[in-house]
Amino acid sequence: MATNFTVQRSTTGNIVVLALNGFLDAHTAPEFEKVVQQEFDGGNVRLIADCGELTYISSAGLGVFMSFIEDIREAGGDLKICNLAPKVAQVFEILGFDSIFEMVPAVADAVKGFENPAKEV
Amino acid sequence: MPSIERTFSLQVPSNTENLAMIRDFVNGIGTRAGLPAADVAKIELAVDEACANVIEHAYGPEVTKEVTVKATIDEETVQIEVVDTGKGFDPGLISQKNLEQLVAERKNGGLGMRLMKTLMDEVHYEVIPGQKNELRMVKRLKKW
Repeated sequence: MATNFTVQRSTTGNIVVLALNGFLDAHTAPEFEKVVQQEFDGGNVRLIADCGELTYISSAGLGVFMSFIEDIREAGGDLKICNLAPKVAQVFEILGFDSIFEMVPAVADAVKGFENPAKEV
Repeated sequence: MPSIERTFSLQVPSNTENLAMIRDFVNGIGTRAGLPAADVAKIELAVDEACANVIEHAYGPEVTKEVTVKATIDEETVQIEVVDTGKGFDPGLISQKNLEQLVAERKNGGLGMRLMKTLMDEVHYEVIPGQKNELRMVKRLKKW
């Protein structure tokens, strides 16, 4: 039964990449919320969510992105989303997250967005 | 020709750890009904949202309660009923705030019912005071 969810953390310069893996639902969302909160509290506000291994998301998972983005941007950072599988991307798009968040194909694109924000689309 | 109707049900304790079991159940129903994979995924997510609402809001900390998911497949539809005996809600009072407002207010909820209505062809909610709350969702097998 599919219940697992993990977050693997890595850094590129002062950018933190959170690689999400598995199922992000009402059961696992608190775990993701804790991870983002820790980054924010630690002053890390240049964040990339690498969703390449994220196989499922419900509104509880989306709620974590939704609740942090304003504070992160007000602190001068951003939470960029990349590498979404089509099934997961559809959920983000249904709710209009693509108009709020920068969603790009790959981690490298998100890193470029931080390094060269003037050229962001 | 008489219509063939098949009914299935699953009852689980009110705990978010059981959402995965509910999704597996609904996935089986959608597949059995012959829905395309994209529609099976939509039903799975809609029912996950409905059950998460029950577990987190209708029952809250009452983990001894149970959530019932009933599924009926007929020739034209898959119908799912999510039944609980917790605290009901008035659908008319659900926030109609748009995403920008929710983001501005740092909300982490308020998207579930919106998703259900988008993913399913019909969503109905009925509160029978003192007895049960019933959320019924319909996915049509064919689009006309």
